[in-house]
Amino acid sequence: MYSRRKFIRHCGGAGCFLIAHGLSAYGNESGPVEARYYQKLDNRKIKCELCPRECVIDDLERGYCGVRENRDGTYYSLVYGLPCSVHADPVEKKPLFHFLPSTRAFSIATVGCNVMCKFCQNWEISQTRPEQIQSYDIPPSMVVKLAQENRCASIAYTYTEPVIFTEYMYDTAELGRKAGVKSVMISNGYINPEPMMDLCGVLDGVKIDLKAYTERFYKELVSGELRPVLDTLVLLRDKKMWTEIVYLVIPGQNDDPGELKSMCNWIAKELGPDTPLHFSRFHPQYRLKNIPATPVSTLKKARQIGLDNGLFFVYIGNVPGDPGESTYCPDCGIILIQRIGYQVVKINLKQGSCPACGRKIAGVW
Amino acid sequence: MSHNHAINRRRFCQSSIIGASLLAGLHNGIYCQNGSFSRVVIATRSDLRFSRFDFFSDRISKLLDTAIENYFEKKSPAVWADLFSQRDVVGLKVNCLAGKGLSTHPFLVEAVIQRLLQAGVEAHKIIVWDRLDRDLERAGYSLYYGRSKSQCYGTNRVGYSGQIVEFGSAGSLVSRIISDLCTAVINLPVLKDHGIVGVSVGMKNFFGAINNPNKYHDNIGDPYVADVNMFPDIRNKTRLTICDALTPQYEGGPPFMPQWTWQMDSLMVAQDMVALDYTGWQIIEQQREFNNLPSLEASGRKPSYIHTAADEKHLLGTDDPAKIFVKKV
Repeated sequence: MYSRRKFIRHCGGAGCFLIAHGLSAYGNESGPVEARYYQKLDNRKIKCELCPRECVIDDLERGYCGVRENRDGTYYSLVYGLPCSVHADPVEKKPLFHFLPSTRAFSIATVGCNVMCKFCQNWEISQTRPEQIQSYDIPPSMVVKLAQENRCASIAYTYTEPVIFTEYMYDTAELGRKAGVKSVMISNGYINPEPMMDLCGVLDGVKIDLKAYTERFYKELVSGELRPVLDTLVLLRDKKMWTEIVYLVIPGQNDDPGELKSMCNWIAKELGPDTPLHFSRFHPQYRLKNIPATPVSTLKKARQIGLDNGLFFVYIGNVPGDPGESTYCPDCGIILIQRIGYQVVKINLKQGSCPACGRKIAGVW
Repeated sequence: MSHNHAINRRRFCQSSIIGASLLAGLHNGIYCQNGSFSRVVIATRSDLRFSRFDFFSDRISKLLDTAIENYFEKKSPAVWADLFSQRDVVGLKVNCLAGKGLSTHPFLVEAVIQRLLQAGVEAHKIIVWDRLDRDLERAGYSLYYGRSKSQCYGTNRVGYSGQIVEFGSAGSLVSRIISDLCTAVINLPVLKDHGIVGVSVGMKNFFGAINNPNKYHDNIGDPYVADVNMFPDIRNKTRLTICDALTPQYEGGPPFMPQWTWQMDSLMVAQDMVALDYTGWQIIEQQREFNNLPSLEASGRKPSYIHTAADEKHLLGTDDPAKIFVKKV
């Protein structure tokens, strides 16, 4: 998360630009806009059709996400143009390892989320409501301009859950595309097919947090469902959207080797062996502080399971310096992209192919 | 509301189907003084209004005294002095989401403030509060944040506790008004139907005290409503619940839908919020039946969280009608 002061300092000229345009607290310039993807019901009720939860919401109430409100039978997004977190990150931090490596992604998030992971690392902004956090007033056009001024190749919708600010994300990505700035969605994939298909028209890459491969985990620790997430992944495959998957390995919760094997087989079969899979290290967070950090040995085993079951690009995350952070050619085994943490040390690709054996490497280069 | 659907006290008693024990309480005006039983007092006056939605405030004050005195079997001043000391900072948790028409009436709150002042609580140590300033204003409250009189403001002004509080399925930040500022709380909900969790009475009102109520409406609010009421600041500081049942709503809540309100002209008082919620639920059911609406269970929103609140894990009170004695005065 990023404080206003740090943001201004970091952005430099961008900060001045923001101030000149009235960098301001929540609600001064942007405001509620009518939400997309909902249905009006009797007695001023509405049914949200953005995510599989499909909340039915009475007048004056909000959806599960806390950022979409029924006002007299019309549904509004309360966070359009109002990011609470803004930062220029290495794209590797998302993590996206096969998407314009060593570039920066102008990263934004509004408050809110459509699930409630007990291990959320950004819960202070994801599990809250707009009026509880100070936000900036940055309409889509300004996001694109800031991305350009900060020499960012892409805009990332990240940190919380961009599904819940889909209107803001869509409009920004559409403007970004016209300006030559790509867009990537860093998401839990808990979204209905129609809005996801629409987003595919303006996005250039997606990272999905596949939080486990069991419905039990999703129910108990995420307050969501696995099936719709898998459906989203298949949809992204069908739309030929560049997609990477992150799997946060939590000791005793989703690290069963059999479960990991099943998941890797599913990814290889349904999405293709070129799909990058990142096994990330868990650290105790939020409401899951009683579980220790993931042993590195567990992550190495998980990575090996992925490689043994047909996946070409399996990474280890949140372990800076581990060899599993780098990209290797699946055929000849040479290092193609060497990374330490979020830093790219060396890129050894030739027009998206291995310089040694010529194998084409999947990705957006 | 439709005046054809108005229900007076006599018709209410005649059509009551809320169980033999509850009926006995209603008809006989008795309640048990044994600590293992819970009491709910329903105080009613038929001359409170001078128009459909306007009330004589002095009569509301008297109705409050009647309810309190019958619940505690003491004169009103002694009750308030027993419940609250001069050292207390007393939060009055009102319910204002629905705006005028279906929020805790300001003149009821004013009557409570007067009783607290008479009991020696300093004015600035009385805080009328809900989630947002704008909700309070919309319900007719005048905001005040200072020391020269009783205060009135939303949690948005002071924020939430820094630490997550957890019980069972619920994990939240709690309003600093209840966690840091108040030593005691009077819960002042309204009696109303709720489109998701069935009914909103006492326990549900504390969804307005946490940062993430939107997370807790799944499964008809069960067990979330009960779990939130287990948060120590809520459970330990709430000393009394006075439910505004002047113009309750039996369908279409939580927003105000005047066509589904009725003139009950009552205040409901209890210290056992589970018993109060159970009793309120039965009243809503009775009114629904009277108006040819399906029961909440048939509508898929039976408020099962009330039973959960009474289970061994929570022990917040009783929902056993045989152990709830309702005194109607």
